[in-house]
Amino acid sequence: MKRVLITGGSRGLGLSLARSFGVREAKVVVVARDAKRLDAAVRGLRKEGLDVHGIAFDVGNKKDIHRIAAMAEELAGPIDTLVHNASTLGPLPMPELSSLSCEAFQAVLETNLLGPFRLTKALLGSMTLRPESSPSVVFVSSDAATSAYPGWGAYGVSKAAADHLMRSFAAEVPEVRFLSVDPGEMDTAMHRDAMPDADPATLARPDAVAEAIVAMVLPKAATGSRRVALGEA
Amino acid sequence: MSPATGPRAEGAKGPRILGVPGYEERAFEDFLHAGDLLVVNDAATLPASLFARFRGARLELRLVSPPEGHVARVVLFGGGDHHMRTEDRPAPPVLRPGDVLELRTSRARVTHVDPQFLRLLTVELDAPAVQVAYAEGHPVQYAYIERPLDLWDVQTPLAGRPWAVEAPSASYMTSVPALRRLRAKGVAIATLTHAAGLSSTGDARLDAALPLPERYELPQATVDAVQVARAQGRRIVALGTTVARALEGNALRGGGRLEAGRFETDLRLGAASPLRVVSAIYTGVHEEGVSHFGLLEAFRPAGDLRYAIEESERRGFLTHEFGDGWFVEAEARAALAA
Repeated sequence: MKRVLITGGSRGLGLSLARSFGVREAKVVVVARDAKRLDAAVRGLRKEGLDVHGIAFDVGNKKDIHRIAAMAEELAGPIDTLVHNASTLGPLPMPELSSLSCEAFQAVLETNLLGPFRLTKALLGSMTLRPESSPSVVFVSSDAATSAYPGWGAYGVSKAAADHLMRSFAAEVPEVRFLSVDPGEMDTAMHRDAMPDADPATLARPDAVAEAIVAMVLPKAATGSRRVALGEA
Repeated sequence: MSPATGPRAEGAKGPRILGVPGYEERAFEDFLHAGDLLVVNDAATLPASLFARFRGARLELRLVSPPEGHVARVVLFGGGDHHMRTEDRPAPPVLRPGDVLELRTSRARVTHVDPQFLRLLTVELDAPAVQVAYAEGHPVQYAYIERPLDLWDVQTPLAGRPWAVEAPSASYMTSVPALRRLRAKGVAIATLTHAAGLSSTGDARLDAALPLPERYELPQATVDAVQVARAQGRRIVALGTTVARALEGNALRGGGRLEAGRFETDLRLGAASPLRVVSAIYTGVHEEGVSHFGLLEAFRPAGDLRYAIEESERRGFLTHEFGDGWFVEAEARAALAA
């Protein structure tokens, strides 16, 4: 049985990932900042008969990291699959770098880069002690990690750096499999925030993308690899 | 000897470790050889100190053991804070079953008061107690530490389930890469989870009764690894006293045989204790007279330990949670081979 911790799990891709792991009989813990929305999401998944717990913390806050790691282990037992899905776009509408405050840039890095570094570090010792559980850490990446778009500077930098963080962990820690997955453009609240005029009919459904990601994570994808998950539009 | 006054600074070298006997300093990995089995404690450390109000007075509750659901066993401290030594703090009021303490995010209703130690209580919270601890608790603090300890300071590199109320500090001697290098040279590694308990309660009589019974979980894989190592006459090394207590406590209840599962142990190792499982131990440096010294007498005669203290002092070793360590090998005893 997998024991999965998903950050940013109260909506969008994170919620879909929780369901996709849950229906495969994983014990799932989802973390999100908004306690009310998280509670509603977890109640919905439990009604579907899934073993899901919610914990309301902020991945971007260093003080919350050991709370997240420990509560996840308390609720699900030793975590073997960690999915770094939570991320922030920064200020909306997304300003060009010349108009972005230093503090806003830093806040994007705290959530999208330092949070995943810290949470990986907090769980790594426990994961490396259990090689038989095939421990995996998955970073949800973005097309913006490899291509530069106006307005996406801070987010793109954070995702490119997170990809490289993943590769660096993979180079150092052979006991754990590290992957990063580009989910493509999805019909989510985050996508609407970034591109309000996009036609939802052209976007992938997060449920389909989540299925594609879980299918990659459960079998043996090579550590250090970066993949693209194509959900049907 | 002086205590280490805080967590090791970034980039600082790991704790120094003295071998006993042999009395030479080596790196953590250099005490182990191919074939050894190293058993580690993967407990994470809870924010086990919570502040509460009772009839206008500010009190501190310290978890004694990992809570079960809404129920927690706690030691009550009076006013003051961690800048005062626990034994110097004012005594807490005597509570009765039914009394209610106000925490920041919950209430704690007293359900039981220990008849022998009145500050040892069982309380029931409004929410799961681990959740309340992570919402508002702090790590247990020490008077000799200069700045308040953060949760980051009290996690060992192997922290997993939040069961310990104070850090299983011998694990500060190791790291993820150190364990990898050990595996590469043929050292087997196995885990257990032991709920390392409080080191100080502010009540000398209760302190003398420490450690209280502590929960541990022994996985089947570790039982199997120990059996194989024993059958082949290989060394079984405990990383910390918590690991030694769990393994020896388990062997004691099974008449020498280990059994996987979740148990409690009230075993207090001492000079008269036979060691059924553990052949060597990594442990922190402590002065003579504390219970820790007594525990190590299960491994070596007091004279060897006194010499180790002198030698540690001469080398400028630091004591306590964030201090230096010893690798103590059990003296071969004919009785044990039987």
